[in-house]
Amino acid sequence: MIKNLDACRVIEENRGDAVVVTTMGAGNPRFGWPVVSHNEELDIPVGGAMGKASSFALGLALAKPERKVIILDGDGSLVMNLGTLTTISERSPSNLYHFVFENGCYAVTGGQPIPGEGKLSFKDMASGAGYAAAYDFDDLEDLASNVGRIFNEKGPILVNLKITPEIENIPIHLRERPTRNTRSAVQEVRRALSS
Amino acid sequence: MEHGQVEAILHPQAIISELKKNNVTHVVWLPDSETNFMYQQLMEDPALELVPVSREGETMAIAAGLWVGGKRPVALIQNTGIFESGDSIRGLGLDVDQPLVMLVGYRGWDRHGITRDSAAKFTEHILHAWGISYYLVETDNDASRISLAMEEAERTCKPVAVLVGTEFGT
Repeated sequence: MIKNLDACRVIEENRGDAVVVTTMGAGNPRFGWPVVSHNEELDIPVGGAMGKASSFALGLALAKPERKVIILDGDGSLVMNLGTLTTISERSPSNLYHFVFENGCYAVTGGQPIPGEGKLSFKDMASGAGYAAAYDFDDLEDLASNVGRIFNEKGPILVNLKITPEIENIPIHLRERPTRNTRSAVQEVRRALSS
Repeated sequence: MEHGQVEAILHPQAIISELKKNNVTHVVWLPDSETNFMYQQLMEDPALELVPVSREGETMAIAAGLWVGGKRPVALIQNTGIFESGDSIRGLGLDVDQPLVMLVGYRGWDRHGITRDSAAKFTEHILHAWGISYYLVETDNDASRISLAMEEAERTCKPVAVLVGTEFGT
C-alpha cells in the first residue's frame, strides 16, 4: 500500500508543466496534493463534483493537446462516473494521465466501503474500455521508478494506486479547508493557459 | 404529407450556422430524438468538434474543461438529460461561472395541446429553480435566438439554455 501524500509527491516530482486536476483524498489540504505542489497556478481542485473531475480533465486535455493533463481521481469518484472511461477512450487524448487513488472506501464520509470494494479492477476496466494502457501499483518504490516512463507514453493511461485509507471522521466544518476553491482555480488556470 | 412524414420546420443547418457564427469549437453531446438529424452534418463539418458522452452529467464537466483550456463549447442533450445533470450544472456550471449554452431537446413540448410528458412539464420549472435563462427554438426563423443565448451566457458568465422544441427535419 502507498500513502496518499507519498503518491502525490512522486507524481509532483514528475509533473513537468502539466495541469493537475484533483478531487477528494488526493486533493486533501493536510495529506494530499496541496502539500506538495510547486505549481499551484496549474492546479485545479474539483471538489464535490460527484465523480466528474475526470470529465473536466478530458475537456481540458482536448482543449490543450500540447500539454499533459493529470487527473488525480478517487475510487469512489470513479465508480460514480464509470462512463467516463468509455467517454475518454472514445476521444483518446494522448496527453491525459488518469491516476486513481484506490483506498477502497469513501474516506471523506467516514470510511464506508465503495461498491465492489475488493472485487473490482480499475486497471481491467480501463483496458476493457480502450485506454492506451493501464497499470496497478501498490508499492511506492515501484511507482517512483516507473512514473517518469509512463508520462512518456501516449495516453490515455490509467494508473491505479493502492492507497492506505486516511479516514476523516470529524464534522466537515471542523476540518481544514482548501485554500483554493474550484471557482477561483478555474479562473487562475484559464489565465495561466492563455498567457 | 405522406403518412408518418414529419413536417420539416427546423433544419440542422440553421443551428449549425448559428454555432459557427458564434465561433463555437466543440459540441459535447448525447444523441436524442429531437437532435438526431444533426449528427451526420456535425460529423461532416470540420469546424465543429463532436465530443460524445456516455451520460449527460459529463457534458457540463467536459465543457468546463474545454472552456478553461480556451475553447468555446456548447452542450447538446435532451431535457431528460438536464434532470440527470443537476449536480454538474450546479457545481461545474453555475458555481464556476461557466458561460455555457446548453442546447436542450425539449421532449414532450407541444404548444398546441396539453403536455402529458412529465419531461416537458418539469423542464422550465427546473430551469427557473436554478435561475437559468432560456430561449425556445422551433423553426429556422428562431435559430438566431442561439446568438442571443451565447451573448447572454458571455455577459452574465452563467449557463443559458436553448430549448429545441421540435424534431429536426432533413
